[in-house]
Amino acid sequence: MNDMPMVRFENVSKRYGPLTVLDNLNLDIGRGEKVSIIGPSGSGKTTVLRMLMTLEAINDGVLWVDGEPMTHMMQNGKLVPATIKHIRRIRAKIGMVFQSFNLFPHMTAMGNCIEAPITVLGMKRSEAEERAAELLDMVGLSAKKDHYPSQLSGGQQQRVAIARALAMRPKIMLFDEVTSALDPELVGEVLQVIRKIGREHDLTMLMVTHQMGFAKEFSDRVCFFYQGKICEQGAPAEIFGNPKNERTRQFLNAVLEAG
Amino acid sequence: MWIRMLTAMLAATLLLIALLSANPEYRLFMPGLLEGAVLTVEITLLGAVLAVFMALIAALAKLYGPLPIRWLSTTYIEIFRGTSALVQLFWLYFVLPQFGIFLDAFLVAVLALGLNIGAYGAEVVRGAIVSVARGQWEASIALNMSKAQMLRRIILPQAFTAMIPPWGNLFIELVKSTSLVSLITLADLTFKAQQMNQSTLKTVPVFTLVLLIYLAISLTVTIAMRLLEQRTSRGLTRGRVA
Repeated sequence: MNDMPMVRFENVSKRYGPLTVLDNLNLDIGRGEKVSIIGPSGSGKTTVLRMLMTLEAINDGVLWVDGEPMTHMMQNGKLVPATIKHIRRIRAKIGMVFQSFNLFPHMTAMGNCIEAPITVLGMKRSEAEERAAELLDMVGLSAKKDHYPSQLSGGQQQRVAIARALAMRPKIMLFDEVTSALDPELVGEVLQVIRKIGREHDLTMLMVTHQMGFAKEFSDRVCFFYQGKICEQGAPAEIFGNPKNERTRQFLNAVLEAG
Repeated sequence: MWIRMLTAMLAATLLLIALLSANPEYRLFMPGLLEGAVLTVEITLLGAVLAVFMALIAALAKLYGPLPIRWLSTTYIEIFRGTSALVQLFWLYFVLPQFGIFLDAFLVAVLALGLNIGAYGAEVVRGAIVSVARGQWEASIALNMSKAQMLRRIILPQAFTAMIPPWGNLFIELVKSTSLVSLITLADLTFKAQQMNQSTLKTVPVFTLVLLIYLAISLTVTIAMRLLEQRTSRGLTRGRVA
């Protein structure tokens, strides 16, 4: 089972009515691999993450996680649509951080980080708090653990959101444009935390980003999406240094011009 | 700020009642009216409990129930919102006995008013749940919560704060609707007033006192809801960014 990739999109399609957002996507992500997804808006890149987090249903294909199908399950040797119970078992391996943070406003930073470990994993409160304290320390927010989200800056909220996701001990972390809603001077502190996680945790990471510099420096592989398909993918040096595809070149030029 | 103003108004109302009661013309009616007021408050409190219970059940059923349950809930909401509370009282009290079902007048009062306000409340609850940001659901899914866990721990606590002000309105509506129960033989505040008015013809003192007593009850409800709102909005208030 360990020779299976951590994530596999197998002929996955997503449509909204007549609009095809993702067209027959095939994508493998290896264990511990860090993959950045770039592309113009409307290219389907965020949908990739949302399907993997089961926030969007897929229309065709199969999604595999850690060697098992997630959107389907085996029954008498055949793949049938998964039950919610099956989905939750597999989904437990995935964590996600959102562009708009989505912290729970009625809970403190600490409360946000212990909620799911207690209610979902059934952890003891003391144990959950201990673990959450470690994570808040890791993201540099020990001093803010009793603050409510409305009392924190955007960068601080996003760091709490990262700690909250890690508290569930996922194997895969998804980052959906996590710095896009931040003031420019707060982007650095969040990227710093993501770098640290990449170094210290053995996580598979998949991120949609507009931070080309960060994608280049951080990822093992970069996928360029265009109109619902992977247009080009490869090592960052390759994609950014010597793009083969005309679309990729145009996109990177436009992004670089914008500064 | 609001609470202080409301408390001042309540104090003024109570003071006015006390001052008027110093006059024997008025004092005469106080014991009887207070007796009626106790019944009014009892029906209000029990009706409110039933209304909140029904509203919660009906809203959740309408939002997340399987199709037959959604139909059932919608039917309940539309029937009890779409017909008059007075007719509902009459129906339960005068029509049901024709089918061999005899209910105590007090029970009918609580049932009819609770179900009636509950039907309005169901829409309040539903609206508050729907208004919780979609990102809150998505974050809960990303943390692998079950639907029940999401509702109980994340969505309802936030919806709760949003629904307190409209519930305040409904509870005051409920206080006033209780006057209808005088028409099914219950000796509430309005019943007592009419009875005293008919036997003494002292219209001014009787109905002035009744007015003030209703106002005092409603103001108490408003203040209680304001306090509740203040307590639960912790962390949700805007504009406190460090």
